[in-house]
Amino acid sequence: MVRLEPRRQHSQAMVYLSPVLAILMTLVVGGIIFAFMGKNPFDALYTFFILPISNSYGISELFVKATPLVIIAVGLAMGFRANVWNIGAEGQLTMGAIFGGGLALYFYDSESMFLLPGMLILGALGGAFWGAIPALLRTRFNANEILTSLMLTYVATLFLSFLVHGPWRNPEGFNFPESRPFPDAGLLPVIYDGTRVHLGTALAVFVVIAGWLLLSKSVIGFQLRVVGKAPQAARHVGFRQKRMVWFTLLLGGGLAGLAGLFEVAGPIGQLQPSISPGYGFTAIIVAFLGRLHPVGILFGGLIMALTYLGGELAQITLGLPNAVTGLFQGILLFFLLACDVLTKYRIRFGSTAAKGRTA
Amino acid sequence: MTGDAGAEAIKGAAPAQLEVRGVTKAFPGCLANDDISFRIEPGEIHALLGENGAGKSTLVKIIYGVLQADQGDLIWQGAPVTIHSPHDAREMGIGLVFQHFSLFETMTVLENIALAMNDVRDMDVLRQRVLEVEKTYGLPLDPDRHVYTLSVGERQRIEIVRCLLQNPKLLILDEPTSVLTPQEVEKLFETLRRLADEGCAILYISHKLHEVKALCQKATVLRGGKVVGGCDPRAETAKSMAEMMIGQKLTAPNRGETRKFGDVRLAVSDLSLISDEQFGTHLKDINLEVRGGEIMGVAGVAGNGQNELFQALAGETEQEAAPDTIKIDGKSVAHFGPRRRRRLGAAFVPEERNGHGAVPDMSLSENGFLTAFRRMALAARGLIREVPTKSFADNIIKTFDVRTTGAGAEAGSLSGGNLQKFIVGREILQDPGVLVISQPTWGVDAGAASAIHQALLDLAAKGTAVLVISQDLDEIFAICDSVVVMSEGKMSKPRPMADVSIEEIGLLMGGLHDLEGNATPVMDTQTQGGRVGQA
Repeated sequence: MVRLEPRRQHSQAMVYLSPVLAILMTLVVGGIIFAFMGKNPFDALYTFFILPISNSYGISELFVKATPLVIIAVGLAMGFRANVWNIGAEGQLTMGAIFGGGLALYFYDSESMFLLPGMLILGALGGAFWGAIPALLRTRFNANEILTSLMLTYVATLFLSFLVHGPWRNPEGFNFPESRPFPDAGLLPVIYDGTRVHLGTALAVFVVIAGWLLLSKSVIGFQLRVVGKAPQAARHVGFRQKRMVWFTLLLGGGLAGLAGLFEVAGPIGQLQPSISPGYGFTAIIVAFLGRLHPVGILFGGLIMALTYLGGELAQITLGLPNAVTGLFQGILLFFLLACDVLTKYRIRFGSTAAKGRTA
Repeated sequence: MTGDAGAEAIKGAAPAQLEVRGVTKAFPGCLANDDISFRIEPGEIHALLGENGAGKSTLVKIIYGVLQADQGDLIWQGAPVTIHSPHDAREMGIGLVFQHFSLFETMTVLENIALAMNDVRDMDVLRQRVLEVEKTYGLPLDPDRHVYTLSVGERQRIEIVRCLLQNPKLLILDEPTSVLTPQEVEKLFETLRRLADEGCAILYISHKLHEVKALCQKATVLRGGKVVGGCDPRAETAKSMAEMMIGQKLTAPNRGETRKFGDVRLAVSDLSLISDEQFGTHLKDINLEVRGGEIMGVAGVAGNGQNELFQALAGETEQEAAPDTIKIDGKSVAHFGPRRRRRLGAAFVPEERNGHGAVPDMSLSENGFLTAFRRMALAARGLIREVPTKSFADNIIKTFDVRTTGAGAEAGSLSGGNLQKFIVGREILQDPGVLVISQPTWGVDAGAASAIHQALLDLAAKGTAVLVISQDLDEIFAICDSVVVMSEGKMSKPRPMADVSIEEIGLLMGGLHDLEGNATPVMDTQTQGGRVGQA
C-alpha cells in the first residue's frame, strides 16, 4: 500500500524538485498522447521542445513570448502569496493595451519622445484600474475576486473588440477590424537588430529583480507573506488584509496592463481584436511553476513560452491542432500541483508506520 | 503472555479490568509510547499522569482503538484483545470522554447522544434511558436543549451520559476538568466515585495534581513515552508527583519583595462589544485598571469572553467602541489598530501560538521581526534589516533558553514550550509598558512554564503592567497580585490575591454573584433556565 505521510518540516529540496518532476511527467504523458495521435512521440517532442530553440531567431522569439508571461506572473505571484486570487490578468492586460494604445492612436502622427513613456504610464494605469474593480468589490462587498476578475476579462476583451470594429477602426484599413498602426514614436525600440526582442524584455528582467526585492527584502513583502500564511497572525500585528487586497490587485493589474501595452507597442504595433494568446491565464501557471518566486518565474516564463513556440511549430510541421499548446500547459499545471503535495508529505510504501526512529 | 493472567486467575485473584503490557507506538521522529505497562482493577480510579507530550493521549487512543500499537498487548478481563476501532472499544465496554468535545452545536442533547451510539432504534426509548442515567448519577440535563445554549460543564455532561448509556466497564476521561469551575469539578468527582463504587474502572488523565490526589487511588506516571513510576496519590504531595512528572526538582517562582505599584498603565472603562461570531460572547461593561508593576489575573471558564477581551485589548477587532474605553499610559487607544498600540509600548501574546502568535512556516528570525520591527528598528526605508533582525532572534533564543537549531528554524518545528518561550521572550525583550498575555503556559511543559512565570514576574518588577488571562487557577495564584473573574462577558471587581479564596473565585466563575455584596445577579434570563446543575 502506498501512503502519504506528513513531513515534520517542509522539504526544501522538493520545493525546487517538484517543478522539475512535473516537467518530466508532462513530457512522458505528452509523448503518450502524441503516440495515440499516430505521431512518433520522440519526433513530436523534439519538434515541440527542441526545434523551436535550435537557432538564434528561435531563442529571440522565446524571449519575446516570455516577456509578458514573466511580467504578469511576477505581479500575480505577489497576490497569490497573500491569498488574493486574481485570475483576470488577461483582462487587465487588454485594458492596459487599450489605455496605452489609445494614447498612441490619439496622437497617431506624433513624433514626440514623450509619447512612449505616456503610453507606458497609461498602460499600467489601465491594468491597475481593471484590477481595482475586483479589489473594491472584495473589500466593500466581500465579493470573491476569482469570479469578478475572471468575468471582467470578458468585458475587457469585448470592449477591445468593440473599439477596433467601431470607433477606433483604421479609416484607411479596408474595413479590417484593426486600428491604425502606431506611430514610430509609439513603438518599443528593438534592442537586438534582426529580432523582435524589444525594450519590454529588458524591463521584464528589471521587474523580476524589483519583485524579488519587494517580496524577500521589504516590509510590505513580509506583510504579504504573513497575510497569506497566517491571516490571524497578520490581524494580530495589524497587517490589514484589505490593504493587501488593494495593493496586490493594483500591482498585478498594473503589471498585466504594462505587459499588454508591450505587446501592442512591440510585436503587434497596433490594436487588434485579439492581442494575446492567453498570456494572462498562462501566467498563472508560470507563477506556480516558478514557486511564486520572481527568479523562479523567470525560468517558468521561458518554459511556458516554449510551449507556445512548440505549439506553433507542431501545427506547421506535424499538422497538430493548436489545442496541443493548451493541452501541454494544462498537463503541466496538473502535475505541478500534484507534485507540490510532496513538499509537505512523503511517500511511504507498506502498511505500517516507520518504527523506532527516535527524534 | 496470557499465561500470567491465567495463573493469577487460578490463584484466585480476579483478573484486572484492563492490563496494558509493553505497549510501544512510534510516530515519524518520535517514540510516543515506549514499552508501557500497567493495570487497572475493576472499581479503581487510576490516574495517568504526565506532562504534555509524555504520551498520555497516544496511549488513550490505542486503548480506545483509534490507533494500533506497534508492539505490546492489551489484556481485557484476563484475555488478550485487539481493538480495531472505537466501535469495537464501545462494544467491549470502554467509554471515552474527550478533552475537546465532539458535539454538534446546533443539534439537541438527545440528537448528539444518538449520533454517538452504536445502534439507535427508537428515540423515545433512548430518551427514557438518558433520563434514567441522569437520575441515577445526578447529571441533570434537558435532552431537548440545543447544545449551543449549554455551559461547558453541561456539554461535558452530555459526553459522560453518552458513555454511561453503554454501561461501560472502563471509563476514560482525558483532562476532563480543564474547562470546569471548582464547583463543577466537585460534582463530576461525585459522579465518578459513584461509578467506581459500582465496579466501573476509571482511567483519569490529568496533570492537575491536587485533583488526582483528591480522586484517585493509584497513579501511573509517564515521562517521554515511558512509565517512570507508580504511586498512591493519596500518600504523595502535589510537589512530589510534579517532580516525578518532570524528572527534576521544582522551584517556586521568586516573587521578590512586596512590590510597589506605580501609576495606572492599562485602563479599560465601560467597554462593551458585540461579538460578530455566531457563538461568540458579547463583552458587557468591562472595567479594569492595571498599574505599573502589577500582575493582574483574569480568571474564568473558557468561552466567557476572554478571547473577545484579548482581541479588544490587542486591537484585533475592528470596533466602534469610544476611543477612551481603553487607555494605555493615559492615552485613548480603543480606535487604534495593533501597530499604533504597540508603538505606545503595549505588547500582546495570544493564546494560540501557531498561526496567531507566530507564523509556523516562517523562520524564527522572521517571527521575531513580526511584532518587533518597529520598536526594535528592524526595518529601514521599507526594507528588512537582515543583521539586526537575526541578532534580535538570536538574543531571544539565548536569553530565554529556546531549544532550537537556530534563528533560521521554522517556528512550526519547535515544541509548544519552546515556541511559547520564544514568543513571550520576543515581547519581553521589546521592554513593553503594558503586556497582555493569554494562557501563558497552556500546553507547555513544567520547566518552560516556570521559566515563563519567572520572566513575567521579572518584567513586572521593572514596572510593566501585566494582564494575564488564564484558565489555570494555580497559575493565577502563583504569579498574580490581583484577580478579576470573567463570566458571560462580564467582569467582577478586582480583588487583591491575598484576600480571595479559590472557592470565591469558583463561585464568580460560575457567574453567581458579585463578591462586593451588592448581590447583582449577572445571569440574564436566557441562561437562568439553563444552569440546572449549578450548585
